[in-house]
Amino acid sequence: MRLTEEERSILEGKEGNAAKKSMEILVALGEIYGAERLIPVTSVQISGVSYANLGDAGLEFLAELARDGRVRVKTTLNPAGMDMENWRALGIDEKFAEKQIKVIEAFADMEVATTCTCTPYLIGNKPNFGEHIAWGESSAVTYANSVLGARTNKEGGPSAIASALTGKTAEYGLHLDENRQAQFVVEVNARIDSPMLFGALGYVAGKLAKGRIPLIRGIGKATVEELKSLSASIVTYGAAPIFHIEGITPDKTLTPDEKVTVKQKEIDEAIADMNDTDDVDFIFIGCPHCSMDEMETLAELLKGKNVKKELWIGVARPIKKMADEKGYSKVIEESGAKFACDTCHVVAPLKGRFKALATNSAKGIYYGRGKNGFKTAFRPLADCIKLAVEE
Amino acid sequence: MIELRGRKICRGRAEGEALVSKEAISFFGGVDPDTGRVVEKGHPLEGKEITGKILVFPRGKGSTVGPYTIYRLKKNGKAPAAIVNKECETIVAVGAIISEIPCIDKIDIDKISDGDRLILNADEGKMKIV
Repeated sequence: MRLTEEERSILEGKEGNAAKKSMEILVALGEIYGAERLIPVTSVQISGVSYANLGDAGLEFLAELARDGRVRVKTTLNPAGMDMENWRALGIDEKFAEKQIKVIEAFADMEVATTCTCTPYLIGNKPNFGEHIAWGESSAVTYANSVLGARTNKEGGPSAIASALTGKTAEYGLHLDENRQAQFVVEVNARIDSPMLFGALGYVAGKLAKGRIPLIRGIGKATVEELKSLSASIVTYGAAPIFHIEGITPDKTLTPDEKVTVKQKEIDEAIADMNDTDDVDFIFIGCPHCSMDEMETLAELLKGKNVKKELWIGVARPIKKMADEKGYSKVIEESGAKFACDTCHVVAPLKGRFKALATNSAKGIYYGRGKNGFKTAFRPLADCIKLAVEE
Repeated sequence: MIELRGRKICRGRAEGEALVSKEAISFFGGVDPDTGRVVEKGHPLEGKEITGKILVFPRGKGSTVGPYTIYRLKKNGKAPAAIVNKECETIVAVGAIISEIPCIDKIDIDKISDGDRLILNADEGKMKIV
């Protein structure tokens, strides 16, 4: 790999230890994947923020980097293991909270914007078409590549930090045109018109993809909420972190010969696969984190209602603040629902606390089952709320 | 003595006994960072301890939190002495670099058997079976 003088000087440690280690990571990845050079990035999203996933060693690693590492580009964080303000109400224990706060402090020392969300593109970390970025969080990576037309590989925690501390990434994979082309066509012949149904489509298309890139046809229109749901589920269930939808996504792509048709039957089967109970004790909405429109819908659905089960709303704190101003938050909280800002049911330490989860997120189902061992109910948003207010 | 040549992933030198897996290894959830034992159900190395061994396997797999598990192994004194891969990928490469574990790849790992004595010179991307 060819390095510039500046890059070489970072690699030699002239700009501190954290930058040096970061450059070592980027160069090693570049060598592995055959990159010819490093390229500048305009934005970073760091995954691996929950103490539940980092443990003490991860925390120690971050603290070490924080000694002299400072970010060089706009950088935000993935969800943490708890709501950073409201953690007591969510039943998080003191010890965990103490460690989680230390994790966030280390990132703050590195001058990261410590807003913890899986939807950075809803809160101002939103790259433009064609920009090179270095993002973790598979759903956000997929949204950035597919919906925004920005360019990023699916970065792990340390490699995203390495990009933040140097402002660079290695030029390989999804940074290059030739690796962003569709590899098979998914012809949709079914009604797909809600975030839940886009999630079900992602389940089917992801399993068909087996790591490849789909070109989806037969979808007339899609909202931000639907596209974030599809981005989350398609990559969770096996596609590459980029898709194309004819008439909707901005990247140009070749049209491959291989074609698979998805009919209503496959969508119905996917929904049935994700449902194994009606008897839930936990409802999570906001995977990925809720948009302002979803906050409005939740306020409408919960107005005057009395929530009988544990209902959490996952949302980025800036969106929650906007909802405060609109009066939505008050309505939602008066119903007995709880905000889980900065966090979600995938990264919070919830194993053993609940038996069964209802959600409208196909990704949420996958991690509810795999990571937490919950039984699951996969339902439209309104039905999830109905389950929450029933005895 | 056989010499095998590959590619440097993380610098360093090591000498030790080979522990060979024909299957990929997931560090996050697949290896216990406190004991250094492989805990993935049904994995060919299930129950084996990787500590101090030269761990030979085709490639990493699984969650991108894997590098932190490798780092935890190192901090707990339970890490392998070195890593030899067929095709290294992001998780193992980053894990090896942040944990300073010598690592090489592009090695024909079928030539290495469990218990072989290995000498690794990762700086030059090569190793010997003694």
